[in-house]
Amino acid sequence: MSGHAGEPFAELPVAPKPPLRRFHQARWDEPIIFEQSRPGRRGVAVPAAGVPAVELPASVRRAEPPKLPEMSQLHVLRHYVRLSQENLGVDQAIAVGQGTCTMKYSPKVNDRFVTDPRIAELHPLQPEDTVQGVLEIYWRLERMLAEISGMYRVSLQPASGSAAIYANVAMIRAYHASRGDAEQRDQVITTMFSHPSNAACAKVAGYEVITLLPDENGYPDIEALRAAAGPRTAALMITNPEDTGIFNPRIEEFVRIVHEAGGLACYDQANANGLLGITRAADAGFDLCHFNLHKTFSTPHACGGPAAGASCVSEALAPFLPSPTVEFDGESYRLDDDRPQSVGKMRPFLGVTPNVVRAYAWIMALGAEGLREVAETAVLNNNYLMRKVLDIPGTGTHWDRNRLEQVRYSWQGLFEETGVHSEEIGVRAADFGVHYWTSHHPFLVPEPFTLEPTESYSKEDLDEYAAILAHVADEARRDPDLVRGAPYNQTIHKIDPATLDDPKQWSPTWRAYTRKHLA
Amino acid sequence: MTPVRPRVPGFTVGLVVNPVAGIGGPAGLKGSDGERTQRLALARGASPRAAERAAQAVRALLARRPGTSILTVAGPMGEDSARAAGANPLLVPFAPGDPSEGRDTTAAVEAIREVVDLLLFAGGDGTARDVLDGAPSCPALGVPAGVKVYSGCFALSPATAGVMAAEFADARETAEAEVVDLDEDAYRRGEVGPRLYGTLRVPAVRSRLSGRKLGSAASPGTAEAVAAEVVTRMRPGARYVLGPGATTMAVGRRLGLATTLLGVDVVQDGALVASDVTEKQLLDLVDGRETHAVVSVIGGQGFVLGRGNQQLSPAVLRKIMASGGLVVLATQQKLAGLGGRPLLADTGDPETDALVEGYVPVITGHRESALYRIRPATEEFPA
Repeated sequence: MSGHAGEPFAELPVAPKPPLRRFHQARWDEPIIFEQSRPGRRGVAVPAAGVPAVELPASVRRAEPPKLPEMSQLHVLRHYVRLSQENLGVDQAIAVGQGTCTMKYSPKVNDRFVTDPRIAELHPLQPEDTVQGVLEIYWRLERMLAEISGMYRVSLQPASGSAAIYANVAMIRAYHASRGDAEQRDQVITTMFSHPSNAACAKVAGYEVITLLPDENGYPDIEALRAAAGPRTAALMITNPEDTGIFNPRIEEFVRIVHEAGGLACYDQANANGLLGITRAADAGFDLCHFNLHKTFSTPHACGGPAAGASCVSEALAPFLPSPTVEFDGESYRLDDDRPQSVGKMRPFLGVTPNVVRAYAWIMALGAEGLREVAETAVLNNNYLMRKVLDIPGTGTHWDRNRLEQVRYSWQGLFEETGVHSEEIGVRAADFGVHYWTSHHPFLVPEPFTLEPTESYSKEDLDEYAAILAHVADEARRDPDLVRGAPYNQTIHKIDPATLDDPKQWSPTWRAYTRKHLA
Repeated sequence: MTPVRPRVPGFTVGLVVNPVAGIGGPAGLKGSDGERTQRLALARGASPRAAERAAQAVRALLARRPGTSILTVAGPMGEDSARAAGANPLLVPFAPGDPSEGRDTTAAVEAIREVVDLLLFAGGDGTARDVLDGAPSCPALGVPAGVKVYSGCFALSPATAGVMAAEFADARETAEAEVVDLDEDAYRRGEVGPRLYGTLRVPAVRSRLSGRKLGSAASPGTAEAVAAEVVTRMRPGARYVLGPGATTMAVGRRLGLATTLLGVDVVQDGALVASDVTEKQLLDLVDGRETHAVVSVIGGQGFVLGRGNQQLSPAVLRKIMASGGLVVLATQQKLAGLGGRPLLADTGDPETDALVEGYVPVITGHRESALYRIRPATEEFPA
């Protein structure tokens, strides 16, 4: 509004923003890309190459062309831009609600290194002498992670956190096998609030899992560990701080008990956001640990796609590392495939190179002092947010303990008062442009929600997030059906959660969707 | 009175309220069973709270599913609460005593069980027993309104009961939940500990049964997974004494054997050695061979010995502990629900209690277990 002097509008102030953001997510009703395919439509018309066609053997030739969507460039671009607008992520939301997943900012400058042709156009089968630069990045990141964890060697091959845990389980098994007691050591001990991937990977590797529950103080029961540890113990696999955000102060004792029983101690440091530069796995006596580069070291999470894990081991476990390792003789870098005791490959080739580059750049930008400041800021942010959240009537925590980088809260009080579930609060919060996650199943903390603010978010972000939760809790009291009817401002309305439990309805691919729903 | 048709179309919820449930609690009487207690409570100025709690449940149900028909009996045993919640209930002919007693609850359940999709009942563990006696052919769900609410068939709160009832209209999945009750006279003397009376079918609406009070069947698949693991771990030639409970019964089912819910059974090498045995029989059956006792956690307090499985007497347990040992069955959720408190043994003999004290394997699922403390109840609750 452009008012001239003397006009009545000129004196009017700009209308103030309401206390909560008036958010509305984009809603495109976008069809699946395969449904938009039209026969013959093309993104690029590739000219004839002028090179004689190579006759492929019949055994490798397709009987019919692949059923890929046929679209123009514009339509492909538009499709993915629309999908990106129907998303809530770190780049546009206050993503503190995905506790245990550590949704921190991924600096955009690091993407420039990744898209640089010197990285983007590398081929995984290039001769070693032509990829010395990227091997150097692998080597240097390995040495940094070895320093951060105190461990001897690191493998950057695992393509996810759980793949790194699995690599660690495989190395534990190989270690015991090398000593002739793999058969006897058939149990892995974990704790109730360790990340469930530890129990899952141990089971997949064939181990029986023994779980330690919290004692009255919220710490894993150390007497139960004493009772569990013995000649059948292969390893303790433990997260610390646990998913509750509570740090176990007797962790060195835990490690010692397992060592005395002949087992190994493996530290899940996927999320080391409360620990960087403060404690080291090796200093507590651990034999193995792992990091998720996408939790602690800022790389994108990638929706179950190419994240990246780092498996870190002591000198005694180094012979069992996944193959190949990157070696440096002081002059040049090479890949070592000649590792007779190695557990083998976790994935093809080296690792998820773009994320290795991003993590390397992130650490280089921060330096050692910067890493410690990340941890201190994450813990400070979390404890600030905890005070704000616990001021909201109806919230609570299970144990009155200091928390490091995250907290598993409970809406039990609100639920008993209103009948509104934690999941419903989370869905309603999405109407204000944020979301949250409840907890792994089964819900051991009733009506749970898990917040983790990391170092990325400002005080104003945390205030806004807490204000949204307080507002929704207030709505639950005044008008529970309003909350239950949510979301109203989102891309889609409600989904039927029952479909998540029904394999007849799952469709992870278009082919499965066609078979299950269009046949 | 609205006439009742044999089958009411749509989703119909039956409502039975024990109007005196919970009256003894605020009066410090640790329960409300018996007319004398109820008179005493009223004399102490207590007022019944079951009617309002039942109304809260119906209100939450109708808020989620406005078209739901409510079928109940006249007066304080249901109609009053339904009307207080804004419902216009259908009534079945029924004449309770005044004041109403446990058998009135049973009779009311019998009167409406055939024509409803789900029975909501408001009360405590005593009410749940009366409902059980009415052998409901439909699933049932308790609205917690009593002093003692240890049974697994109760929702966490009245509002939750209403929400679960509404969700059940679509999901229609059920799970078994245990009905346990305390001997109130013993409870008043400070001797706590519930006994298992049977199981009711309750709604199993996805993860909604995650409450602390829900018994062994929090998720329908879990009991089966636990049972499968028990069977996998059974050793040839060893005998297994299966205590009462839904999860131990699942072990029998897994073996293809007709073991009992409330009794103690003995199996060996996949065969039933003896069913519903007495302590005296057990003494012979466990003699001179490797024997393990397989027991589940009864109710919310963590009792594993001395409640509902008194056949496992001190003499029997001493033989078992010398030859095999104790295996406890529980979900992780149930263990977590103890909040760090130990499992409890109260065999009546301090030496036997001391014998089982310590860490016991608790089978929680397929290839998984926990190690958890057992303590003598006499030490946990000193007189």
